[in-house]
Amino acid sequence: MVPLFACLFLMLIGLYAVVTKRNIIRIIIGFSLVEYAVNLFFTMVGFKRDALPPIITDVAQPRNFVDPLPQALVLTAIVIGLATTSMMLALAMRIYEKYRTFDITEIRRLRG
Amino acid sequence: MRGMSSIVQQIARLLAGVLFLFGTYIVLHGHLTPGGGFAGGVLIAASFILVSLAFGSVEQTERNSYTLSSVVESLGGVLFVSLALAGYVAGTFFFQNASIYGTGNPLQLLSGGIILPANIAIGIKVGAGLFAIFLALGASRFVMKD
Amino acid sequence: MESTFLPLLVALPMLAAFLIPLFAKLWQRSADLIANAAGAALLGLSAYGAVRLFTDSHTIVYRIGGWASTLGITLVYDHLTALVALALNVVGLAALLFSVRYLDHYTGRWKFFSLFMLVLAGLNGVTITGDIFNMFVFIEISAIASYALVAFGTDFDELEAGFKYMVIGEIGGIAILLAIALLYAKASTLNMAVVSQVMAEFGHTPLFWCIVATFLVGFAVKMAMVPFHAWLPDAHPSAPAPVSALLSGVFIKVLGVYAMCRVMFNVFGLSRTNAPAFFNLLLAFGVLSIVAGGVLAYAQKDYKRLLAYSSISQIGYILIGLGIGNYWAIVGALFHVLAHALGKGLLFLTSGSVEHATGTRDLDKLSGLEKKMPLTVWSYLLGSLSLAGVPPFAGFFSKLFLIIGAVSAKMYWLAILAALFSTVTLGYLMKVADKAFFSHKDREPTAARESPTTMVLAMLVLLVLTVALGIGFKPVLDKLVGPAAQVLLNGLGYARTVLGG
Repeated sequence: MVPLFACLFLMLIGLYAVVTKRNIIRIIIGFSLVEYAVNLFFTMVGFKRDALPPIITDVAQPRNFVDPLPQALVLTAIVIGLATTSMMLALAMRIYEKYRTFDITEIRRLRG
Repeated sequence: MRGMSSIVQQIARLLAGVLFLFGTYIVLHGHLTPGGGFAGGVLIAASFILVSLAFGSVEQTERNSYTLSSVVESLGGVLFVSLALAGYVAGTFFFQNASIYGTGNPLQLLSGGIILPANIAIGIKVGAGLFAIFLALGASRFVMKD
Repeated sequence: MESTFLPLLVALPMLAAFLIPLFAKLWQRSADLIANAAGAALLGLSAYGAVRLFTDSHTIVYRIGGWASTLGITLVYDHLTALVALALNVVGLAALLFSVRYLDHYTGRWKFFSLFMLVLAGLNGVTITGDIFNMFVFIEISAIASYALVAFGTDFDELEAGFKYMVIGEIGGIAILLAIALLYAKASTLNMAVVSQVMAEFGHTPLFWCIVATFLVGFAVKMAMVPFHAWLPDAHPSAPAPVSALLSGVFIKVLGVYAMCRVMFNVFGLSRTNAPAFFNLLLAFGVLSIVAGGVLAYAQKDYKRLLAYSSISQIGYILIGLGIGNYWAIVGALFHVLAHALGKGLLFLTSGSVEHATGTRDLDKLSGLEKKMPLTVWSYLLGSLSLAGVPPFAGFFSKLFLIIGAVSAKMYWLAILAALFSTVTLGYLMKVADKAFFSHKDREPTAARESPTTMVLAMLVLLVLTVALGIGFKPVLDKLVGPAAQVLLNGLGYARTVLGG
């Protein structure tokens, strides 16, 4: 139970970074933290006490594995997170080329 | 892009081939051991990125590499979708779990139906794609004109 | 072809998206051909599915790879799916036709078409899938491609809007993933039909409401409900016009409204009788959206920003329709999904036409366009009449059904609010026409010419469909929208149709 709450706490730290920081790169790092925390939470959902990793090494072995489905899903979610982070970084680079700063309080041309 | 010191270049010379081989191993054994297309693809891309960072490159090489990895990535994608549609052609379901060698015996390399070809396609796509992302983001300042 | 056409709705645009970079290296314009061909094929496939549903009336179910329901991914095509898929593919094809000439002042054409194909693949995937994690994956595919499309012009405004949209949208996506993790912890399966059966026995414990709330936050961000709407007024104007049409007309409805309806009504089995608090919450957010969107739209000086605020307002209408929760209100909400997709898509395409011809979107600078661009102006006028709810256009019927639903649930104040804000809608849409299209004495008429043929053709297609939907509303109501509302009201019966059939 405690590791699950620790994951959610990590997610809140990341969310705090996204909401309060002014530097774009720190916002991206905060967002990556949120993402890793949720993936970790999802992997831990499939945990069973005293169970083996879900790799079949011998066909006749009794099967007491942890749940392999969340692991497969989290693999997909990690790749989605990779695509998202790389897109955010590409946008951040273009913003730096145009605005010459990473400070979001100065990147505010759209208002109303 | 500038290269790095000669110590890094020596190590890179030794490691790049090993990394590529290890990445291919992880891709091919995706149905037997942990890993599969995504993880193996990342390692394959890492071997290219290591060489690119350690030895540096001129702009023309970067442009050629970018074009080549873009083409390979699209080919990987087309291969994956064709694998999925191949079930249609054979008259069975979309993404049918079968392959030219059948389902095979468990724990052999040639087993598990369509998982092996799908892992190979994903490994090609992810590897080429990550290398293209690295070139687009981290290489010297040139605009990719197409 | 029994039900084997279903995966093609996703496989075809994905194949096109991967083939376009290969062919575009040889011949630059091949991207247009491939993209438009794929768009037309998608429309044909979804129309075929809809016709099969009308004649056969059994939900079409397809199990990928032949795996059983608890093991594999099933694709489901029922009436609600047919409605959303038709709206999405029609607007997608019109936007593709429009962009053939509109992209003349952007570089990197084939990248636009490749990304657009990925967006269409993702949107179609969300509508047809019957597996909840698959829905999340497709939501993320279309969302990430749309972030790149919004920032396509890489000018100051577009980059800022793209970044803002990206961070807020991804937080919503992560919220959906967290909710799926919590749901999986309880249900141990991912197939929506089987999950709904498990949820039926689960009861409304605090954990249940926690999962519902997390899902609601995620979908609210994607749908731009009012406290979560901050990204929309920046993102929709900055995107290129065909992308704005797709975003405003289709995206916020498919990713937000359709996904929320599927999860809340069919998987969790919520309805007015057993969860009134949830529906009152939807009502409150809907009213807030209508009022905030409508009032803020008046103050805008930018053509597309005004239309973006109008989208927020119209989503509010759909939300109060869902919140009232009886048959006529839900019929009104779903009909408005169709009418708004066609109408708002048309209006955004006209804004693109104006921008292509004159180079500006500022309402204070445009003037006297009605003589120079008659087709565009008439499309705009008729489209805005439809959105404002003037008979005999499509928008009138959707608002009529909403008001009938509100009155039969004895919420008279909602009916009055809906009617009042229809006039407000007409007001701010006519503001654009007054400032930009009619001539003013104190301003020079802007130099402009009518837009190229494919752009006008795309606008006319949407216009004809809006008028046809209005005049021919009865068959659409009986065969498409009515049964779709029944699917939602049926709630947990979804599981029986998918697993039994």
